[in-house]
Amino acid sequence: MASVVFFSHSSLSVPLKDKKLLEVKLGELPSWILMRDFSPSGIVGAFRRGYYRYYNKYINVKKGSIAGITMVLACYVVFNYTFSYKELKHERRRKYH
Amino acid sequence: MNQNLFASFNIPAILGIPLVILIIMLPATFITPTNNLINNRFSSLQQWLIQLMLKQMMITHSTKGRTWSLMLMALITFIALNNLLGLTPYAFTPTTQLSMNLGMAIPLWAATVLMGLRFKTKLALAHFLPQGTPVPLIPMLIIIETISLFIQPVALAVRLTANITAGHLLMHLLGDTTLTLMSIYLSSSTITIIIIILLITLELGVALIQAYVFTLLVSLYLHDNS
Repeated sequence: MASVVFFSHSSLSVPLKDKKLLEVKLGELPSWILMRDFSPSGIVGAFRRGYYRYYNKYINVKKGSIAGITMVLACYVVFNYTFSYKELKHERRRKYH
Repeated sequence: MNQNLFASFNIPAILGIPLVILIIMLPATFITPTNNLINNRFSSLQQWLIQLMLKQMMITHSTKGRTWSLMLMALITFIALNNLLGLTPYAFTPTTQLSMNLGMAIPLWAATVLMGLRFKTKLALAHFLPQGTPVPLIPMLIIIETISLFIQPVALAVRLTANITAGHLLMHLLGDTTLTLMSIYLSSSTITIIIIILLITLELGVALIQAYVFTLLVSLYLHDNS
């Protein structure tokens, strides 16, 4: 998702493998997905890139605010809610359960 | 009602994949690397907190005991973050599981005992008999001291489990009570205030980490140094 794209000429086209997700055309999407690196080191690399993308944008700044960690906690709450929805749906306020 | 109350302590798994592994690994992502001399605010805050805890805890130890600093700091950070993350809504707290707490307590306690027995055998064995006991009492006292030694890891683990579980359970119960009392408007407001106060005191579950590492520390201190 965060691979580097080189542009030396505007007439030269970038190979599909190196395009970012937002630059991939819709028709090319399946082949783009299949070309991604799904080996264990590739997946770990993807998580690492995602982590550092968030970290460098919100936390590793001179005057980081509380929003950086609050977003993480909010995502954590939503994550836990989705995975315990099955038990939680019995706890709604209803006249007849 | 019974099922609902303890359902939040079930180990989260989706289609057989234990999600609990991800939840246990999550606190590690909150510890950010400090690469520079002056870091971002978050890292500086963590650095300051860890140095505070380090100075507070390791100052009474000799050089040999201070080799445990990394282990103990990691322990207290891990337990503190797990307990605090468990206070967020719908979260699963891994420290409510006795299996995990026993897995933390028994190896660490055994290490302190074995270290004491190996390097200072006479001193370690001498702990079983306090000074100045009357001679007829000695056999009974040694038995009692041995029992109290072997109960240490169990006490460490069960203390942590029981405290965190009890706190979570109480919050669930009070929340349910508030919801059912809302239709009878009389005492609902006082109940909500009690919930809020309880939540604040439960954040002293962080103090439990202090208790955990401190008691571990005490036993390390007694066994390793003099």
